[in-house]
Amino acid sequence: MKSKLACAVLMAPFFLLLVTVFLIPTGTAIWLSFFAADQPGLGFGPESTVFVGLRSYVAVLSDPTFLNGLLTVVLYCLLYIPLMVVGALTLALLLDSGVAKLRSWMQMGLYLPHAVPGIIAALIWLYLYTPGLSPIIDLFAKADIQINFLGINTVLPSIVNIALWSNLGYNMVIFYAALQAVPREVLEASVVDGAGPVKQALRIKTPLVRGAIVTVGIFTLIWALQLFTEPVLLSQSTPMISARFSPSMYIYDAAFTRNNYGLAAAASVILLAFTVALSFGVTRWTNRKAA
Amino acid sequence: MTLLGRTTVNVVIGVSVLYTLLPVMWLVLAATKNVDALFNSDLFGGFSLGENVRNLFAMDKGLYGRWYLNSLLYAVIGAAVSAFISIASGYAFDKYSFRHKEKLFGLVLAAVMVPQTVLALPLYLMASEAGLVNTFWAVFIPALFNPFGVYLGRIFAQGYVPDEVLEAARIDGAGDLATYFKVALRMLGPGMVTLFLFQLTTIWNNFFLPMVMLSDQKLYPVSLGLYQWNSSATVSPEYYPVVIMGSLFAVLPLILAFMLLQRFWKAGMTAGAVK
Repeated sequence: MKSKLACAVLMAPFFLLLVTVFLIPTGTAIWLSFFAADQPGLGFGPESTVFVGLRSYVAVLSDPTFLNGLLTVVLYCLLYIPLMVVGALTLALLLDSGVAKLRSWMQMGLYLPHAVPGIIAALIWLYLYTPGLSPIIDLFAKADIQINFLGINTVLPSIVNIALWSNLGYNMVIFYAALQAVPREVLEASVVDGAGPVKQALRIKTPLVRGAIVTVGIFTLIWALQLFTEPVLLSQSTPMISARFSPSMYIYDAAFTRNNYGLAAAASVILLAFTVALSFGVTRWTNRKAA
Repeated sequence: MTLLGRTTVNVVIGVSVLYTLLPVMWLVLAATKNVDALFNSDLFGGFSLGENVRNLFAMDKGLYGRWYLNSLLYAVIGAAVSAFISIASGYAFDKYSFRHKEKLFGLVLAAVMVPQTVLALPLYLMASEAGLVNTFWAVFIPALFNPFGVYLGRIFAQGYVPDEVLEAARIDGAGDLATYFKVALRMLGPGMVTLFLFQLTTIWNNFFLPMVMLSDQKLYPVSLGLYQWNSSATVSPEYYPVVIMGSLFAVLPLILAFMLLQRFWKAGMTAGAVK
């Protein structure tokens, strides 16, 4: 095709957005991270913005609350991502095994939570974690088990549960679609070779859907690193979640509670670098394993 | 497979479905109860569905209806415009060649990786510079940006619009843009519905950006409104039934959309994962 004009017309609206809501803001975040508002003298007189180099970065990286948040999100990823990938893949393999009943109804049921907005999923589970409201806690109480879902050691698994509940079915559908695309001849051949259903699932099918596993893993990672909605909502009800519980909450707190734009921008850039590095790391690691 | 194997498979799936469905069923059940029944975990007593609905729409001078309308505007119009923009760009990426095309496409894909929290502060400052903070546009415009939609749009254009058809249209003397709007867009219809659904979900879920941009409660989407009411509930429990009822109403449109347009979202998810 030759018409350059037509191509430009079709591309223009998207690229206008790309520049205004992505490139300029990303650039601005980097730019802001090198500046700070300094008040001259004893806090009197007009504020001025001055270049401070890496001072904000040093401040963020030596702030224990930020490092704690980063650690929290790493723990969250270590708990959440394996559970999610293994859980969704297991369900997809079971549904694909040929003996599952009511397959499309089961898929619909598993997928349903994905249609529940994140904040509402968090609300539902918050109520299911709240003593007095929760039938789950009552059930445990009847068996004489006291359980506190929002305690110091349980609050992170409780957040993992909300995310798992929301996304398990969605990722299961992706894996299931990939499994359906596996050529039937390959499976028939493995049966002839004497592979049982479990061996077939683990040795034949799973390696064939590697691509989908990596895609789901990376998207889950990127989302998990942004952890914000669930802890922010839960923080209304438990003192175990501070205002700087995760890096995203730290950024929000720095920017809009403390009005320290330089600090917020530096934390943003660090989170961005962390996300990009981990995504590339995972991609390279999985590519090498494939080779 | 052995009987034991079959049973195990179905039991594991069944238990997982209970895990995903029971919390939603609890929400439905809880929405019918008054505060007392709610706090006594009285599963079937204290039926007050009608009263809860009335309270929901009467609370704080009918704010909820306002939020619901806002969410519909942000999500339905936003998703439609976004799908239209993304698919046009995806189509152009597939059908035209120009210098540095793949590098540019790489940039689009990279944009998927960038956390929203990173962009929020700069977007807020830009909106504030432009006088758009605390307006409809501050939430509406950034939500139109869907780089993953461009990626899917390119796959759809590749799959649904054969180059021969475009060639035939050109021989008939149709201009490129006329061909796109009259021929290609029709073939891209199903892909467009998929992108619409994806973005509808994203915008309906949108919480962080409205939280940053909006201070006027009348502009809130449902998500942010319910968040605010939930924080009131920790002080005054009469908000609990209202938040629960409001959550139930907020879940309905997406479930409805997915039920009605099932085959489209499946197409989109498959295209995204298998390719």
